[in-house]
Amino acid sequence: MSAAVMLPVGALAPSLLASIVIFLLPEDRHRVRILVNLGAAVVKLLLVVVMIWGVFQGRDYGLRFTMLPGVDFVLRADALAVMFAGLSALLWLFTTVYAIGYLEGSPNRSRFFGFFSLCVASTLGIALAGNLFTFFLFYEMLTLATYPLVVHRGTPEALGAGRKYLAYTLSGGVVLLVGIAWLHGVAGDLSFQKGGHFANVDPSTSGALIPIFILLIAGLGVKTAVFPLHGWLPSAMVAPAPVSALLHAVAVVKAGAFGIVRVVFDIYGLEISEALGLLDALRWLAAFTIIYGSVRALSQIDLKRRLAFSTVSQISYIILGISLFGPVGAAGGLVHLLHQGIMKVTLFFCAGNYAETLGKHRIDELDGVGRRMPVTSAAFTIGAFGMIGTPPLAGFVTKWTLGSGALAAGMEWVVLVLVASSLLNAAYFLPVLHRLWFRQAAGPWPDGPFGGRFETGAWLLWPPLFTAAGTVLVGVLAAMPFSPLSWAELIAAREYLP
Amino acid sequence: MLTLLIPGLLFVPLACAVVSVLLGFRLAGCVARVGAPLQLALSVALCLAVAGQGGGLYVLGGWEPPLGIALRVDGLAVTLVLVTAVVAAACGLHAVVYLGVDGEGPRPFWPLFWFLWAGLNGVWLAGDLFNAYVALELITLSAVGLVALGGGADALRAALRYLFAALLGSLAYLLGVALLYGSYGTLSLAGISALATEGGPERLALALMLAGLAIKTALFPLHGWLPPAHSTARAPVSALLSALVIKASFYLMARLWLDLGGVLGSAALAQFLGAAGAAAIVWGSWMAWRQTRLKMLIAYSSIAQVGYLFLLFPLVFEAADAAAQQARQGVTLHLVSHALAKAAMFLAAGNLLLAVGDGRVAALAGISRHLPVSLFSFGLAAVSVMGLPPSGGFAGKWLLLQGSLASGQWWWALFVLAGGLMAAAYVFRVFAASYVESAGSDRFRSPPLVLEVTPMVLALAALGLGLVAGGPLVWLAGLSPEAMSP
Repeated sequence: MSAAVMLPVGALAPSLLASIVIFLLPEDRHRVRILVNLGAAVVKLLLVVVMIWGVFQGRDYGLRFTMLPGVDFVLRADALAVMFAGLSALLWLFTTVYAIGYLEGSPNRSRFFGFFSLCVASTLGIALAGNLFTFFLFYEMLTLATYPLVVHRGTPEALGAGRKYLAYTLSGGVVLLVGIAWLHGVAGDLSFQKGGHFANVDPSTSGALIPIFILLIAGLGVKTAVFPLHGWLPSAMVAPAPVSALLHAVAVVKAGAFGIVRVVFDIYGLEISEALGLLDALRWLAAFTIIYGSVRALSQIDLKRRLAFSTVSQISYIILGISLFGPVGAAGGLVHLLHQGIMKVTLFFCAGNYAETLGKHRIDELDGVGRRMPVTSAAFTIGAFGMIGTPPLAGFVTKWTLGSGALAAGMEWVVLVLVASSLLNAAYFLPVLHRLWFRQAAGPWPDGPFGGRFETGAWLLWPPLFTAAGTVLVGVLAAMPFSPLSWAELIAAREYLP
Repeated sequence: MLTLLIPGLLFVPLACAVVSVLLGFRLAGCVARVGAPLQLALSVALCLAVAGQGGGLYVLGGWEPPLGIALRVDGLAVTLVLVTAVVAAACGLHAVVYLGVDGEGPRPFWPLFWFLWAGLNGVWLAGDLFNAYVALELITLSAVGLVALGGGADALRAALRYLFAALLGSLAYLLGVALLYGSYGTLSLAGISALATEGGPERLALALMLAGLAIKTALFPLHGWLPPAHSTARAPVSALLSALVIKASFYLMARLWLDLGGVLGSAALAQFLGAAGAAAIVWGSWMAWRQTRLKMLIAYSSIAQVGYLFLLFPLVFEAADAAAQQARQGVTLHLVSHALAKAAMFLAAGNLLLAVGDGRVAALAGISRHLPVSLFSFGLAAVSVMGLPPSGGFAGKWLLLQGSLASGQWWWALFVLAGGLMAAAYVFRVFAASYVESAGSDRFRSPPLVLEVTPMVLALAALGLGLVAGGPLVWLAGLSPEAMSP
């Protein structure tokens, strides 16, 4: 087999193999498990980096075989695919390190890390899927692999959240399947290709295309947590912090958003989506979700719940960006795929540190924590300012690009939405920062599992530090080659230019 | 080659049955350790031979009908022979350990097991209606005996109920056969389908045969006998019954419909059978969701899963060739993957029962912390039952969806999709229970390794089937277009 085939398969393999090995390991072989986990994460990251370099040089990676009559299994690495693959491979490494620290000394670690690896394997499959059918295959695999992580604690709340998660995502999967099957009946097996498949269809005669689009978006919208399909996401925050990070930043909601990007860009094509009025509907939906999520976040008392509603809002930036119908706006949406990931993962790591070290879950318990845990709190502060969109952090780059895109497309109202959202972001993040840094602690700190001397365990401290640094770097270096922004612009340019 | 293989497939199990009658459980188990792999090898060889030189009619011992026995060897038949061999060999090897784990196993098990296998092969290969009947009766009687081995009053009651239902089905079927023989003077399926003309008695005959077989297939609302029979039986027996036995009568229904349905059937009958199947999907899933005992849950799941198979009748009736082909392939894939997955589920459930010593779903609390391979096998098989990718169940469902959309009967697609969600609802009840962390959940008996391996192999086969389904389907379609066309 050639390198063109081996690389995508090779990138999928490490986490899949890691998952099998971990399942077979006895519960008490902690060192071996850590080694397997980290080894797989590093190997996978390296392979993805090689692929990114190759795609940049214009190489084509992929494989194809027939699964069913008329249906092919296709893996293919294009610019968009390796962007998402790069995001998940990089953040998986951090999340794995964090999870090892987070679960130290807790039971059922074999089970946890097995499914954890399976989850990331599915995410990479989603990234590299070359047609809707293959995408769906990994999309459903992701649902199944995440459930055990959500219910990991086995408490009634966790089981309830798991039930809700399944009810939402499996129903969404069925709706998506209907859309895919219908589209398959109408147009055959559609691979993802630049400009979509319907560029030459007359909009007035494309009867089935609109209902199919609605089905596809509704199915994908569940994982994307678009209003009114977002209900599962805030409930799922009962899961351990690394799982929340995985759900919010690396895998699940991103998979949904990525799917919507694929459908709009590579199945329908932007021209026809705009001509049918579909982009218009998406824009309004995204704008409403952005405001709605932020407003709901204001009234949450639990820190992770507030972050969850923040995710509902932030993910829709991606949808808003791609529906702006212009290369600048599209770049703004795509870059947020990465930016939101790195910022939200930082915030969840920090929230997990507060919960794990001090047992603090609610926002009103965080008074004065900045002095007890300065490093974590600094990382949290960077993440929060990034979300608000303070220059020169990641979120600012997104919002600036989106705003320019909206103006270029002649949609001034979108700028108003962005401003309103930033104000709301500030309104729900600044009070938390105020409590962290400027209030007195209510009483002495509990000793916690790491003793009073250190802030928290090293495994828990380094990941948020790195991702916080990343939040700064992707903002400051946005104009450099290979920065997320320039990669997103590359994709958008390839999509819009003939 | 075929002249050796086909008699072998029928006579090896009969010979093993006769030998096993003379031996105790343990010694007969040793016979099974040799006989089951031998049967498996013969089945594989048959598949290869048919793939190489094509199928056709085969006359046993050179005696031409009506005196001799004619067997039909085509793609569908050899596929089922192979699936039967895989599932039965797995269940047999499982039973050697499982039934013997607490002392000496039940002595009648092995003869009945071998008679069952012979009967199954007889049905798959039957070329005429009477031999099909004989083989079907062999299956029924050995299956009833196997259910009764469950021990206790419950098992006996379930077995008797099963026996009565099955006999009623046989009578109806036999009546239909007699009517057809009266009209056409032949019992060979090929002969009848060549002669068949529309006529009142013949239509009645087909309806009677289908009704009789529907009882044996446990089609809703004739399913009442199945849950007690399948849930009180020992795990390897339940696996055989759910995976293979109910498929045998369905196979005959499908054969009758594909050969004769176009002439003797009607659109109303086709829609009626489809509707019964759809109702089975809904009712079976709902009842499965309500069960408190694990094996009852799986048994009701079988009723729901069998419902999908009945969508064959409306989907191939007077449909365009492409749509009918998709429906046939979908049903075949669904049948095969359900056979593998359901056997895996019952065997895994047997292990879980062995591990916690209690049949309730709630008793599985906390079991996932012991990482039993069986729970994982159960999960992998469940992926196929829920029809999620990349399993064989998904591939079948996808083709059924395409078939119903292509033939313009979109309402069946709704049931196919809803069935998947309802299956998720009952399957995840089991997983949710396994995650509950409660005190006193540490009593856990590790089953022997062999018992963990067999369900895993079957579950992986069901799961992997979807990934490679393209090849076998093309092979099937190319092998016997005339035998399978409606």
